[in-house]
Parts: sequence; C-alpha cells; structure tokens
Amino acid sequence: MSVVSLAVKRSCRGVSLKSCNLLANDGYSITNEEIFHRRRNIFLQSHNTHLTRLLSSRPLNSKVPQAATWEPVPLDQLPPPVHIPADLLNQLERLALVDFRTKQGLACLEEAIRFADQLHAVGTSGVEPMDSVLDDRSLNLREDAVTEGDCAEELLQLSKHTIEEYFVAPPGNIPLPTREERATILKHSE
Amino acid sequence: MAASSVAASELLQNMNKHISILYPKASYVIRRISTSRQRSDSQPQLRVKSAPQQLVGVVGLEVHAQINSNTKLFSGSSVRFSAPPNSLVSPFDASLPGTLPVLNTRCVEAAVMTALALNCTINRTSLFDRKHYFYADLPAGYQITQQRRPIAVDGFLDYSFLGGKKRNQVIKRTVSIKQIQLEQDSGKSLHDDLRSQTLIDLNRAGVGLMELVMEPDMSCGEEAAAAVGELQRILQTLGTCQGNMSEGQLRVDANVSVHEPGEPLGIRTEVKNINSIRYLAKAIDYEIQRQIAVLQRGGTVQSQTRAFDSKSGETVPMRDKEGLQDYRFMPEPNLPPLIVYEDNASLPTGIDACQVVVVQAIREALPELPAVKRERLVQTYGLLPEHSLTLVNEDGLVEYFEEVLKATKKEPRKVIGWVTKELVGHLKQQDMSVSQSPIAPSALAELLELQETGHISSSAARRVFQEMWRSPGKTALQIIREQDLGLVSDTAQLHNICQEVLDSHPDEVNAIRGGNKKVLNKLMGLVQRETKGRADPVLVRKIIQEKTS
Repeated sequence: MSVVSLAVKRSCRGVSLKSCNLLANDGYSITNEEIFHRRRNIFLQSHNTHLTRLLSSRPLNSKVPQAATWEPVPLDQLPPPVHIPADLLNQLERLALVDFRTKQGLACLEEAIRFADQLHAVGTSGVEPMDSVLDDRSLNLREDAVTEGDCAEELLQLSKHTIEEYFVAPPGNIPLPTREERATILKHSE
Repeated sequence: MAASSVAASELLQNMNKHISILYPKASYVIRRISTSRQRSDSQPQLRVKSAPQQLVGVVGLEVHAQINSNTKLFSGSSVRFSAPPNSLVSPFDASLPGTLPVLNTRCVEAAVMTALALNCTINRTSLFDRKHYFYADLPAGYQITQQRRPIAVDGFLDYSFLGGKKRNQVIKRTVSIKQIQLEQDSGKSLHDDLRSQTLIDLNRAGVGLMELVMEPDMSCGEEAAAAVGELQRILQTLGTCQGNMSEGQLRVDANVSVHEPGEPLGIRTEVKNINSIRYLAKAIDYEIQRQIAVLQRGGTVQSQTRAFDSKSGETVPMRDKEGLQDYRFMPEPNLPPLIVYEDNASLPTGIDACQVVVVQAIREALPELPAVKRERLVQTYGLLPEHSLTLVNEDGLVEYFEEVLKATKKEPRKVIGWVTKELVGHLKQQDMSVSQSPIAPSALAELLELQETGHISSSAARRVFQEMWRSPGKTALQIIREQDLGLVSDTAQLHNICQEVLDSHPDEVNAIRGGNKKVLNKLMGLVQRETKGRADPVLVRKIIQEKTS
C-alpha cells in the first residue's frame, strides 16, 4: 500500500499543477481559498461542509467538462509490471496494518501498482513539483492564546474503552503472522 | 553495503524509475535516506581482525526541546506539565476527522530565536511533512514534522568545560548544528502489563518541539554533557524552552560509535531514555567502552537502539524495529509553506502584521547569551575564565555575585572564591539552588566587609559562614560576638602566645635565623592554632620576625 501512495504522490505533482491552472483560469481558486479559511476557523460545522458540496455539484456549471477527457495510456509506455516478493509483502502488511493474506489480495495489490504506473506517462520535465494547490498561499498563523481544550469528557465519550480519564488501547502493535505462517496461508488460498 | 546505498540513492533521484524501490535491498536503504538522521550510515562496516590500538568514541546528539509556549504547535489547547489526563486536548489533538492544523506564531518565533542563538541560517521558506508510524499515543498515525526543508540549518554551538588534571583548565569546543526543525510531540502511554492494555494521555500530543540535530563532533560523555549543558542554558536564557530534563522538556538521544582516528566512522548505536545531563555522560561513556570491548573481542557492533538503565549504569538493547521502520514521509497537504521575512522592508504589501514572523525583530530582541555574559564577567571584574564558567553555570549565581559586589568594597577577585567555593560547595552538598541559599547576598557582603576591615581573619570568616548557613537570620556580627571569633589584636597577648610557640620550637627558630624564611609560615600556623585562627596575621608575622631576627 505504501508503495502505491508513494508512486502516486511522486507523479501526481504534474497532475495537480494542471488542475491548479484549471482552477485559476475559471476563477475558482478564490472560492476554494475562502472555503479553506472557513474550514480552518470553524471546523466541524455542518453548514460549512454543506457549502462545499453545493459548489462542487452545481449541475449547470459549464466549466466542468461534460464528457471524460482522459484516454487510456498504451501499455508499451509503462515500465515492466512489478512483482512483490514475500518478505516485502510482510513488511508492507506491517506498515499498512492491512492483511493481504491471499493470492487474490496479492494480485489486487500488483494490479493497483500497475494502475498507478500510468502516471509515469505524464510528462513532467521542466515542471516545478507542487505539494498542493495552496503552495502559493501564505500560511495562516495563530496567536499563542488558549482557545480550546478542557473537554476530556466529550472526547472520552467517543472511545469504546476508557479507564478513569484515560483512553485504553491494546498493548502495542499486534504481531502479524511470520513468513512461514504466511506461506501456509498463501498455499491454502490457491 | 556502501555500493548498494549509492545505487539506491541514484535510483531514488530517478523519479521515472522509482518503482525499483520495491526491491527489498534498496528499500532498506531508502528508509534511512528519508529520515533526518542520516549521517554515519552507509559507512563501510568496521571489521577489526587484530586488536585495534586507539579506538576513540564519536558522539552525535539529537535533542528534542519542548517549546515554552502557552498553546500547542497546531491547536489552541494549553501546554502544561502534570495536568489531569486528557484535559489539555482539543479535537485536533485527538485527530478527529475534519479538524485542521493552524500554526502557532510563538512556536515559529521560538524556533527562529533559538536558531539565531545557535548561529544557524534561517530558511526563508520551510515545509511541513507527515512522518508515519502507528502508535496509540500518536492518534493521527503520523507526526507533522519538517523533513524536506527545516526552518533552520547549518549552525554551531560553542561550549566549554573544566578539564585537565586539576579540573581548572577551560577547554573550548565547537559542535555543528545540522538543522533545527519544528514538529509535534506525541502523547504518553502508560503500559499496564498485568491487564495487557495501554492507557493513553493525549495532554502532550501536539505540543511544539524543536528537534536539534548535532553533528558527530564530540568524542566522549563529558563533551556531550557540556554541549547539552550549554544548550540548556541558552534555551533557558532565551526562554524558548524550560530545559528541565527530568520533566521531559529537554530530551537527548545520543548516537555513539567508535573508530580509529582517520578511519571511516564505525557502526553506530542510538542510546535513548536519558533523563539527566549526568546520565548522558555516563550512558555515552559506557556505550563507547562497550563497543570498544566488542571490537577488541573480534566482534562487530550492531546497529541498534539501546536504552540507558540509570540503576545499573549500563545500556541495554531495546526492542529492535530497525529493519521494519519506514516513515513514508509525504508533504503535509493541509499546511502551505511557512515563510519568514528578513525585515519589515521585505514584507509583502497588505499583509497582517500579526500574521508574520520577522527575523530582524527577533534578532534585535535576543538577550545576552551565556558566552557573552561570561566574557563580560571576565572583562568587567577581572575574573578567570573558569570562574566565569562556574558563575554562569549555576542558575542565579551571577546575580548573587553582583549583589554581593554592590554591598562590599572587597575586590571581585577576592569575592569570587567565596561565591564559587564556599557558597556553591554548601549548595551542592545539600542539593540546593542559589535561590534557596540561607545566606542572602547582603549577609555574605557584611561578613566579607568585616574580614576586609580586619575584624576577623579569613579562617574565622569561614567558620562564621558555616554558622550563618546553619542558623539563618543571625548576622555575621552576632555570631562573631557569640563565639568570640573577633580578631585578637591585643599586642601584649599576641607577644605572649608567640613567645610560647617560639620557646617550644627552637629548631624552627634556628632555621629562620639561618635564612630559611619559609619556616616562619609554619610558626605562624602554630600561633593561629593557639588562637583558633583569630590572631591578626599581619601582627603575628611582625612579632615573630622581630623575635627571630
């Protein structure tokens, strides 16, 4: 999983730049920024979420393309398919805390990587990478004054297990099956 | 290993081929490249066949300093030590969905101020990243830190300590500061092994930290301890961190390796769990000796994380996760780049003044740093460098010393011994701070004034000092009267005592007459013993000289 996100992240930069230009052209960046600031200031308020949805799903917006503009990337433009060795799979499972377990799970993972491989075909030479469309915005700074906290009761209500005023968690990370155990599981799934 | 790491970093830079990180060998190295802790990695393994001659230690430090601020780094909940569990937690600190980080100006200013004091280059633009790991006291599953571009880089810290055989020689050293980065602290876990569960307190989660990375420029525990001590004083002077190690406001991890000078660095271990400066020195020296012993037995040092056990004074291996750690750094999407401005002229038009951090303003507000203070003491009062070191090292001692000076005509060079030896000696013995001293500066000044004007001898003054320490509130004059410690300057009485001493030591008298003037001091000592140190030394010397000539 982690590898997929890494791959996507790397190549996404070119893509996100394009989408940023798109926003800048149609004047949407202002709206987006407003939303951004409001969300920062009044998080968790429902009318705010509502506002976002309303704007993005406005049915008569001519700026949104009516039909898909993408086309599939020819396979010969992709790097050779990746196969995941067993111990890397082990490591990925530990990192992601996701259990692929079966041959099918493994195939699914490899397919996901294959899908992300298409990003290699995006031309990014000479394009300065961006982290987000907010890269040219200045960071909002806050005064060092206490404005929140002291809500242990409310927060603890969200947790299934508490003791006194503590959250209760399982003891450390749960051990995953060893490589030998894995091999057995894979065999059985065939 | 070195070859594979070079290959791996080339692959990393080649974005189009990044899929090759899937090969397990390379991914092992990439984990290291992506952390801020790369340094002595990718060094060839140090193999020692024959017994090595001069293995020396190499020490680098990672210091986490809790920023002294009212609120956390990205949320408006307060920062306090030992509050009821989970009482200082906002929805963002508990990482509830929909919450967003808002950076605290004070934390940025504190980092910039610290960076300036440590001679760093401030990055005009710095970036925030997510560093992932799963731990219950890190509710978001990642820590926001500064991995790609920290707020400050390339600084140095000058420090000095007393060395040499008599521990009175000031030894000066410099350690490079690689970088200073802003990051979030984690919460605290209380492990209940009995019921096999972990209790989580998020009060500390999200508190602002400055991580300072010091290059491996140190060679032993003493140097590391002195460097951290100086850093602690700088942070406390700036007020950017309270610097209390036992409360975890200053946490130090040491990277230790050994090698033969001139050779590449050896495999290093990381020592954690050190909660005082004294233990830091002990842990490092133990670890250096342990590694030397391993190599001399023909073994190899393993790269691992070790914990210091203060009871046994040893380092022990911690649960080893090295091979499995992959932080999967990624840019923090909710925080645009942090920009600081050099001066008011460089501010963009129309920007809100409370929304900016201006380096020039912070530079102008820097207080007098410990090194400058020491230099000033040496210059102003004609003190020795080692005295200035002792004065500045004790919290409040400089102020105490200067208070005493104001109230006495005694020369600073004569006062300093009383402060650094008598006072500090007594304080240390009872583990007290300067502010807890039972003898106020004015009281000590009074005592020194009495000695200076010839009312008491220096040895009597010492006894008065001890008595003042034992019974606070009594003045020096009261004690001198009560215990009859005043100087005996009755010439007739002193004549008699001197005569007695001379009569019972004919050999010494002959020696003096024969030209050995040094023996005179011995006789003077005997007279002082007779008078319990109360005889006026000038008078006694004159009398003995007269009687032996």
